Amino acid sequence: MSESEMAVHGHGALLEESPYAIPSRKLTMWLFIISDAVTFGAFLFAYGYIRVSAANWVRPFETGSVVNVILMTVVLITSSLTMLGAADASKDGDKAKAMRFLYSTMALGAVFAALHLREWFELFGRHITLSSGLFGQTFFTITGLHLLHVISGVIAMAVIGAKYSSGRLTPGHVESMGLYWHFVDLVWMFVVPLVYLTNFAH
Amino acid sequence: MSAAGASGNVIRKYLPVYFILLAIFLVEVFLSFQHFATGMLVVILLLLAVCSATLGLMYFMHLADERRGLFLTLIPVTIFVLLMMNMFWSDSVRLLHMRPGAQ
Repeated sequence: MSESEMAVHGHGALLEESPYAIPSRKLTMWLFIISDAVTFGAFLFAYGYIRVSAANWVRPFETGSVVNVILMTVVLITSSLTMLGAADASKDGDKAKAMRFLYSTMALGAVFAALHLREWFELFGRHITLSSGLFGQTFFTITGLHLLHVISGVIAMAVIGAKYSSGRLTPGHVESMGLYWHFVDLVWMFVVPLVYLTNFAH
Repeated sequence: MSAAGASGNVIRKYLPVYFILLAIFLVEVFLSFQHFATGMLVVILLLLAVCSATLGLMYFMHLADERRGLFLTLIPVTIFVLLMMNMFWSDSVRLLHMRPGAQ
């Protein structure tokens, strides 16, 4: 193996083949995703159980909030699609196109974060905060953790995009970034029904 | 096929999954305004969320294209750990009594 190949693939390529036929970077990302899924699972299970058990749960969301949540969800799912485009274009060696898709994904992530923060400030205006009972504690913890993932993802994408375009990172890095971003999207699919939509249950 | 053409194809390839995910989400929104008891609504919405997550995992995250060993290593264990969290559920109810004014 040449020195340049070693720089790209690392020493792991000299060892035995992965039983999963994927690079160690990708497997590490999968393991991170699984551990993160369990973390979110713990929060969501706790939320779901407390929500069902509580007789007088706070119901702060109105029709405007539903419209906001629909917008947020459409934005996030669309960003997953653009991320797929980025990973695929990078695999094809089309850097310009990969970067365009990455910028689109980052922009959609930023829009999602802005919509989320707008909703938070609206709740703050109605004196619903982290310290206002079980609803505030669970709502801001779960959505805050998710928002942290989105913001970290956008920052990570900016760093990976910059390094990828300058040739210091490989398409594999963009693909691993994509796995993380799709995971953030998947978590949102559980957050919305549990945290927002059960607000309207009778 | 040109590189640009291939990248465009991947979007077209996954567009049906994208629309199915949006459709499932809109069904969830619709159901949340129907007259279901909270517990029943949570169960229905979670089942739909599991369908969305499965589509996302298999197609957006390409788990369907990986070796089956990866799927078998990651997913059953995760489901097992998540289900084992049921053990904590009964404890979580005590929070309501331990924290005055929690409701």
